[in-house]
Amino acid sequence: MSNSTTNKAITSSQSNPLNSIQKLGLTLGFLGLFIMTLAFFNVNFPQKAVWLGIAITSILVGIVTYARSTYLSKPAGISNNGIFHKSLTNQGAIAWIIGILLTSFYVVLYWFPSFLGLGENGAENTGIVGFFDPLSYFLNGHVASQWFVYGTFYTVAILGLGYKFILKYRHNKYQLVRTISVMFFQLGFAFLIPEILTKLNPELPYFAKDIKNMWPLNYYFFEDWHLTNMLQGGNLGMFMLFFGIAMIFIISPILTYFYGKRWYCSWVCGCGGLAETAGDSFRHLSSSTQKAWKLERWMIHSVLVMSFVTTIAVIFTFLSNNPDLSFITRNQFIYGIVAFLVVFTGALYYFKRNDLDTDAKFTMLSLVAIIIISIAINFFSGNQNILFIDSYELRKWYGFAIGAAFSGVIGVGFYPLLGNRVWCRFGCPMAAILGLQQRLFSKFRITTNGGQCISCGNCTTHCEMGIDVRSYAQKGENIVRSSCVGCGICAAVCPRGVLKLENGDEEGRINSNEILLGNDVNLMDLLNNK
Amino acid sequence: MENIVIIGNGIAGVTLARHIRKQSKHTITIISSETEYFYSRTALMYVFMGHMKLEHTQPYENDFWKKNNINLVHKRVTKVLANQKSVVLDDDSKITFDKLVLATGSKPNKYGWPGQDLEGVTGLYHKQDLEAIEKWAPTTKRAVIVGGGLIGIELAEMLRSRNIAVTFLVREQSFWSGVLPFGESQMINRHIIEHHIDLRLDTSLKEIIADENGHVKAIITDKDETIACELVGLTAGVSPNIDFLKESGIELGRGVKVNRMLETNIKDIYAIGDCAEQHEAIDLRRPIEAVWYTGRMMGEALAQTLTGNPTPYQPGHWFNSAKFLDIEYQTYGWVWAKPKEDELQFYWEHKDGKKAVTIAFHKETRAFIGINTFGIRMRHEFFDKVLTEKRTVDYVMHHLAEAQFDPEFFTSHKKEIQAQFTNQFIGLKTV
Repeated sequence: MSNSTTNKAITSSQSNPLNSIQKLGLTLGFLGLFIMTLAFFNVNFPQKAVWLGIAITSILVGIVTYARSTYLSKPAGISNNGIFHKSLTNQGAIAWIIGILLTSFYVVLYWFPSFLGLGENGAENTGIVGFFDPLSYFLNGHVASQWFVYGTFYTVAILGLGYKFILKYRHNKYQLVRTISVMFFQLGFAFLIPEILTKLNPELPYFAKDIKNMWPLNYYFFEDWHLTNMLQGGNLGMFMLFFGIAMIFIISPILTYFYGKRWYCSWVCGCGGLAETAGDSFRHLSSSTQKAWKLERWMIHSVLVMSFVTTIAVIFTFLSNNPDLSFITRNQFIYGIVAFLVVFTGALYYFKRNDLDTDAKFTMLSLVAIIIISIAINFFSGNQNILFIDSYELRKWYGFAIGAAFSGVIGVGFYPLLGNRVWCRFGCPMAAILGLQQRLFSKFRITTNGGQCISCGNCTTHCEMGIDVRSYAQKGENIVRSSCVGCGICAAVCPRGVLKLENGDEEGRINSNEILLGNDVNLMDLLNNK
Repeated sequence: MENIVIIGNGIAGVTLARHIRKQSKHTITIISSETEYFYSRTALMYVFMGHMKLEHTQPYENDFWKKNNINLVHKRVTKVLANQKSVVLDDDSKITFDKLVLATGSKPNKYGWPGQDLEGVTGLYHKQDLEAIEKWAPTTKRAVIVGGGLIGIELAEMLRSRNIAVTFLVREQSFWSGVLPFGESQMINRHIIEHHIDLRLDTSLKEIIADENGHVKAIITDKDETIACELVGLTAGVSPNIDFLKESGIELGRGVKVNRMLETNIKDIYAIGDCAEQHEAIDLRRPIEAVWYTGRMMGEALAQTLTGNPTPYQPGHWFNSAKFLDIEYQTYGWVWAKPKEDELQFYWEHKDGKKAVTIAFHKETRAFIGINTFGIRMRHEFFDKVLTEKRTVDYVMHHLAEAQFDPEFFTSHKKEIQAQFTNQFIGLKTV
């Protein structure tokens, strides 16, 4: 008896060709983008509103169609196949092209908005900005600005690619809930509510209305013009001012204590939202070398110091120039800040000196640097000149270098080349502060499951913050790192169920074992408890 | 200060070296012919599937070894000259030692099948195996995998990730049925088929046939079916990699014979990891344990001995884990494929057919013996403690919530499991 199975395929099917639904999805998505491109090149669409609607719908439907066909055709599970083989996700030509396009877009957006068609000096909008006028009128009652266009794109990206992310991790409820959260906060709090509030209060001067976007991430919150606008902004302005301050000093510390900084960075924050959704395909490009970690410490803390100093300098100047407008003098202000920081840093050092790791020490030293610089400001500054630099000049440079160049151009433009959290990791001053608290005053940790780690490296590779998760897991040690944003992907990709994000007792949270669980009990006692 | 030479840079040898370095200034040399730097063998599949690059599988950066003053020699040891206290390398140079540790790991089993050394036939163990598979994959339309265990299913997953058709020959009636209880094994069978793998149970390999160039072109099964293929994966278990020790005078069985101190019959020569064979099995363990964790634990124990704190290899409670395609598996304590006479097994399976729990316990005393979980993560610490404190199955049932290690927001099946247990085993005794 002889039967046989033969190969029917003509060629090896190594390249995964697109199926027809995926092709349809791509077509729809890129047709939508093409309409936008035509608008960018000043093609004048009749019925702008309709065409804009078609374009946005087409992009969203395209993403949804493509994602459904890609992920729902396979059983639920980790689907990272081929990410290091593909040009787009492995820093190949496609990645470079997208990186260059994104970066150029940001450059134009920040510094040459007229190229996008922004009508300057009262001129009518043209190009892509003009294309968005109908939507802008509808939502906020004004003509579109380049920021409105950007905000819309940003929201569409988070919604569309967030949906894709949910399908990719549909077996993981933590990812599902977290992604719905970032999509909700982007669409509601960052996009719709501020626009609608603007429409309802057309007479008010401009101030930020995205209540979740707190200082120091929103670096202009304490700038004089912004403070003035809020103060002159009626009830809404006062609400934003008080809520903004409450966020910084009350809400954020409490939430960070209970849940770690993830409540912000990977559940609420807009930068995080884009990184987690649109940037998900690039998370494995974040370098996890020791060198990158060193660089990260220097950069993020430099930004932290600069952001504080700039803010302090700006308020200092504001108080110097407008002594009648405020209830405290510049002296009181500076010494108030200094006293607060001294007490804060001193208490941290006193109670937590045994839990300080290198990251935490850097953050503490940064705070000390801020204290010293603050005192120096008071002694060596005139009204306008802060340490011999014009404070408005300083703020302009901060806005240029950090607010625009770093967070936008490099932070997002370089997604396909350096990973999706470049800004959050190397630049965000907010992340540095929340990180210090996460390390020292929080219930959050990633628990390592006894001795189950096989050192495979999935966790480290897919950590968007470039944390060498494995180096802790293989020692049976919990991961309590300042930079961890709690995205939970390490736990998801772990093939052996080793990692779990948890909020628990502070007792035993930071641990370190010589011998892992599973070995000789006496030896573990001897070496782990000495 | 002693001169310690370790042959093999896998998890056993490297753990040993790291722990010796922590506690002493001994000279440490690690010799390996496979790779220059330690990498995690368990991650080879992810490199092929494109989840990682090979460099990501290295747990330590390249300058780690120099910083810690551990010498790496990237050469093959061809002979051990025990009485001269030296090893001979493939370039005929010699390295002397005060203490020698054999940590050479395993090699894939080949059972004398005709054609087993043809081009296109490979195991999945070494980095070189991966390179071979990488070379053949582009021209492979169908692959046949022989041997239904953990490595076989990994290789199947790898090849499927590049849309290569896979036929999976499993000698047993059901996947890994020598280890997994019936229900679990059946569940994995279904999952294998769901991934479009052509699963052939109760089927073994008879012969591999070559084309005119000496490359595989087909295999013939024991049912005389010919299956055309361009790649054959031999994954029918592993055995100790000790051929080069045959004339060394070191006592060998299937592996290098060692006592509980991990000493061989020759003074100052030790063996750890996959290649070590205990004279007498420890507890219910096998004399040879080719598992990542046991390799690591032997390294941890021997490092103590070599730094002046004589410590026998005394593993704690058995645990292990694996992943079958999308289904994670963990085990703590002992769950046998067929319960022993004085044991009962409780089996629960979720309706989606991707989650299951088996708990073994003593018929009379109701003492908890072991647990297998599929698609549900459990806390190692919890079960280690339960086993040490000799708790009952009822205690475990009451504390299931504490035992779970699934990510936040995951659906807990605790109530369902408890209800079924109560139903089947005459009420939930209070603890």
